Amino acid sequence: MSFTAIPTASNSYELNDSNEVQPFHSLPPPFTTISSPGQTPSTKLIRQGAEALLYYTHFLSPSLPCALKYRPPKSYRHPILDKRLTRARILAEARVLVRCKREGVNVPAVLGAGWEEGWIAIEWIQGSTVRDAIFGRKTWRQESQASHEGGEKDLVDWLCGREIAPSRLTTSNLMLRPTGSGAEGGEEPSAKSAATPFDGTITLIDFGLAAQSSQEEDRAVDLYVLERAFGSTHPEVEHLFPEVLKAYGESYKGAKVVLRRLEDVRMRGRKKSMIG
Amino acid sequence: METIVLPHLAQYPLQVGLFLDVQNAQFLRQQLLDGNTEFEYAFLDAAVLLSRQHVLAACFRAINDMLQSRMKSKNVHSEIVFSLSPNNNISECFRRFGVGETTTNIVAIKVDSNTFRIQEHLQKHVQGQIVPFTDETLASLRDEARVRKAYKVDQAGPEAEAFIIGSMALKGS
Repeated sequence: MSFTAIPTASNSYELNDSNEVQPFHSLPPPFTTISSPGQTPSTKLIRQGAEALLYYTHFLSPSLPCALKYRPPKSYRHPILDKRLTRARILAEARVLVRCKREGVNVPAVLGAGWEEGWIAIEWIQGSTVRDAIFGRKTWRQESQASHEGGEKDLVDWLCGREIAPSRLTTSNLMLRPTGSGAEGGEEPSAKSAATPFDGTITLIDFGLAAQSSQEEDRAVDLYVLERAFGSTHPEVEHLFPEVLKAYGESYKGAKVVLRRLEDVRMRGRKKSMIG
Repeated sequence: METIVLPHLAQYPLQVGLFLDVQNAQFLRQQLLDGNTEFEYAFLDAAVLLSRQHVLAACFRAINDMLQSRMKSKNVHSEIVFSLSPNNNISECFRRFGVGETTTNIVAIKVDSNTFRIQEHLQKHVQGQIVPFTDETLASLRDEARVRKAYKVDQAGPEAEAFIIGSMALKGS
């Protein structure tokens, strides 16, 4: 999921018969309070994924923006299974985020969670995704890219060194939080307004499918996903990816084994066997 | 004193007061133990509080658990104290985070919309000096050693706070 500007038009609201504004999509309790656009908190739908809805709202204080991730009930599933799955996934994501935070990895903070109701409230990360930042660059200079890559690799290394396989590791799930930009307010700072668009800290988001795993296989798969996503989304900087892998190999003790495993994983893709 | 309204819980405003140099901490504690209905408050020991956000996170958790009928303690006020603690033993929570015999600085919280009545009652019965409930004041009252011990963290910095609030959200899972 990539974050762009917070919608200023409340396109996630509709008017009901008595001309009151109500949210178009569902919200779990206690977020179901219907408020008019002028009142706080205003809850806005940011993204609708296959699994969950992402809202922008405030939590604990009108000045603390948060991302509210809600997994609504899926009617096509058996109700008991649905409840268990939702509960398990919310908890897994929350636990991984808290564990990462404890280890000092740059992830959004968990502010609150209702696992029976299917929601988790996390710190709002202002900025653009690394994906959008890479797109935003008009010209390329190798040095700045390398330093940016370094930051990205650090994050992934931390995770793998601590036996957490993030899954869905793509540049859409890495947020670039510009240094020196205020975190308050709803305005999105333009990715081009910083001195170098890549100044800033990198935050890893979207742990919807994250698992705590020490298997090299899982880590290799994540690297492969990143490699493919990188190549297909950012072909013009594809040549820089070996730098990423090199930095990875030097980052922690088991890394070289994972790199070798990566070669096996690459071999396994569809239509790769050169037979027939 | 302050009235704090949590986003999404506008029907459950909080009356909050930070009292310094409380002389009758023992009396207040006794009211709670006796179950005196006139003293249904959350009395928190300011020495183990990290910030406003820390306190409000506990309040949100407690009120939400009350609304979802899954409180582990007697009422929403005791639940606030309970939510602060990583421990599931209620007595221990009160010992660590509630008012004890040596407590001097107290944060008093009541979930109630009647601002005037609550403020008047607290000012009358808590023998201490009211000061603004701010992060700066809390920082000056904090006992870092007790915080580290209660939450089993190495240092009580902002990273630790994010982890602690996350753990509070996950408690009981």
